[in-house]
Amino acid sequence: MSTTDQVKNILMVGVGGQGVLLASEILSEVMMRAGHDVKKSEVHGMAQRGGSVSSHVRFGPKVYSPLIKKGDADILFSFELLEAVRYLDYLRKDARIIVNSQKILPPSVTLGADTYPDDIPEILRKKYPSCEVVDALEIARRAGNAKALNIAFLGVLSKYFDVDERVWNEAISAMLPAKLLILGRL
Amino acid sequence: MKVILSGNEAIARGAYEAGVSVATAYPGTPSTEILETIARYEGVYAEWSPNEKVALEVATGAAIGGGRALAAMKHVGVNVAADPLFTASYTGIRGGLVVVTADDPEMHSSQNEQDNRNYAKFAKVPMLEPADSQEAKEFTRLAFDLSERFDTPVFIRTTTRISHSKSVVELSEPQKGPIQPGITKQPEKFVMLPANARRRHPVVENRLQELEAFAEEFPGNRIELDDTSVGIIASGTCYQYAKEAFPRYSFLKLGMVYPLPRKKIKEFAGQVKKLYVFEELDPFFEEQIKALGIDVIGKDVFPVCGEFDPGSARQGICGVSEAPQKDATLPYLPPRPPTMCPGCPHRSLFYALNRMKVFVAGDIGCYTLAFLPPLSAIDTCICMGASIGHAMGLDKALGKEALGKVVAVIGDSTFLHSGITGLLDVAYNRGACTIIILDNWTTAMTGRQDHPGTGMTLKGTPTSKVDYAKLAKALGIKHVKKVNPFDLKTLNRVLRREVNRPEPSVVISDAPCVLYRRVEKSGSRPAFYVESSACIGCRACLRLGCPAIEWIPDSRQQGATAGKKKGEASINPVLCAGCEVCVQLCKSGAIRKKDVNN
Repeated sequence: MSTTDQVKNILMVGVGGQGVLLASEILSEVMMRAGHDVKKSEVHGMAQRGGSVSSHVRFGPKVYSPLIKKGDADILFSFELLEAVRYLDYLRKDARIIVNSQKILPPSVTLGADTYPDDIPEILRKKYPSCEVVDALEIARRAGNAKALNIAFLGVLSKYFDVDERVWNEAISAMLPAKLLILGRL
Repeated sequence: MKVILSGNEAIARGAYEAGVSVATAYPGTPSTEILETIARYEGVYAEWSPNEKVALEVATGAAIGGGRALAAMKHVGVNVAADPLFTASYTGIRGGLVVVTADDPEMHSSQNEQDNRNYAKFAKVPMLEPADSQEAKEFTRLAFDLSERFDTPVFIRTTTRISHSKSVVELSEPQKGPIQPGITKQPEKFVMLPANARRRHPVVENRLQELEAFAEEFPGNRIELDDTSVGIIASGTCYQYAKEAFPRYSFLKLGMVYPLPRKKIKEFAGQVKKLYVFEELDPFFEEQIKALGIDVIGKDVFPVCGEFDPGSARQGICGVSEAPQKDATLPYLPPRPPTMCPGCPHRSLFYALNRMKVFVAGDIGCYTLAFLPPLSAIDTCICMGASIGHAMGLDKALGKEALGKVVAVIGDSTFLHSGITGLLDVAYNRGACTIIILDNWTTAMTGRQDHPGTGMTLKGTPTSKVDYAKLAKALGIKHVKKVNPFDLKTLNRVLRREVNRPEPSVVISDAPCVLYRRVEKSGSRPAFYVESSACIGCRACLRLGCPAIEWIPDSRQQGATAGKKKGEASINPVLCAGCEVCVQLCKSGAIRKKDVNN
């Protein structure tokens, strides 16, 4: 097994403004603290204004490319239903999908020109039976802060990695302003 | 100590560790975070310059004074800074001068995907290209040393996937540059009159030969021999993609992309059976390698356009695409392009221009998004500041035909970057143009940076603030009018009057970016809602293209009003910023303010 085979590929997607980039930032920090080589890549600027956002996170003994090759993602972590479908061609056949049940309507839908596909969880489950649909907003509310949706959702992802909870907490503490941490002890 | 840094943060760190004293830039994706990061280091003077030409001139001045200096810009910014660059190559420097060019293959946030490696060859300036954040830091430190050792500006070239990718970096302690800043007069070196410039040109040519000798020894240009059936020459992020795709093949990894180590390339070519050059955009290496008489495969199998990924390397070398086929059973996915924010002050202005059916010469900024339907009110976008010249040219070519039909729109930061000279031309040569300055008090597109019109510096110090009305008048524009773009009635009246005026005029649309940090958010604006019983389903509000306004077709309504209308509008209270523009468009009075007490 070459070192590249041991690299884990996590594709995080959503809509500009949902906190996708901060979540991928935290995941990268956690994996570095857990002793991995880490790379992550995303785009800023015009691409972010309410548009479709993706962040590639890769970690393992040695990581070369900052981008995940199509067909190689181990986990698709989507902050929005429709965006999960948009990036399916990045997934391995045995990939896992974790998707937030939130719907954010694209402009052509709000204008009444297109419709938002209404059976996305079924479509995802049919192709990827282990697909997990999560109401991250509800988890964040239960934890006491609806605004910390991205952190709450990250909590769902954390159970798939063999990393001590302490490392997660330390990374989050190091990366979030103290004010936010007091608001939402998660 | 190990940290995770983006390529941009690593360049900033490298400059800090190298003892940089002056750093300059105009914001531009994907380069912006370099200066935002440098500004946070103590003891470094960092500024947002009005444009890249000024940025490079300030950095050059600092280097002439013996300070280590860095100017950062996006690829097209180098076009603006090209004038000082080409001659700074002749004069050389005293303190180290590093110019960062951040290229944008795939045009994630740019108007073209020019390959700025060509600038290195064109300006005869050496160029280093890091392949991850650790190298971005190390190469930036090295660039200052090379600059002083070879008496030349030095380029650091990144691409979006280096600038905006994060990877692990080992930090070092900052050091001071070896040169003590001070005034040293060397007119024969720094005054490029023809007689002096003629003496400097051979110095530049000799320098290139010395730099090539350095490139041969430079450990950043390294041969990695493994399976010699295939050899791949690559630099930057392309090296990572190819290495990912073919970890067993042999590589010549180039850290210095100009001048090239020709002997090392020949040596590598002699060690492998089949040789590929894997480079994004132009065949920059390929042409130079072929000129050495070496048989190499490049653009015959790899594309010229767009960015690469590991799949591009496999497809080019294996000859077939390994990417999964699109699943035809999946439903149609509505696209999700970037849009103007709810409450954006640009929306009502472009709505008004759309209704006036004028030709809108556009510029670079968030407002370029008004190109998209339903606003559909941007007709040109070529480069920073160009809108004003375009309107002037249309006016001169069409004569009276153009009156009332052409306007230019330009953001505040873009206007200060390179619109002032265009406006001077309109005043001086009497264009019957209307120039609309979209003053949203910030450089919004790149993430709300300060500029000479905001009254604040990059370091957060209060400073002078441009008065656009006074500036326009000083340039010779007699008719200058400031409007609140959220007041549609006044906006329409002012625009119609100025556009039909057979003289130069300026309209300043004055309202802060909805994300602007210094506007008081006291009690935040109330959200609005659509009173279902009053909505007649006319869709007038939908023409704004506001993300907060949603069309609900009859089929989705509960307790249907089917037969009467096809659907109705609805306002998403989470997204509504309370700008009240839709309220002014609603003929039936259905859009109402939420009772805050309820």
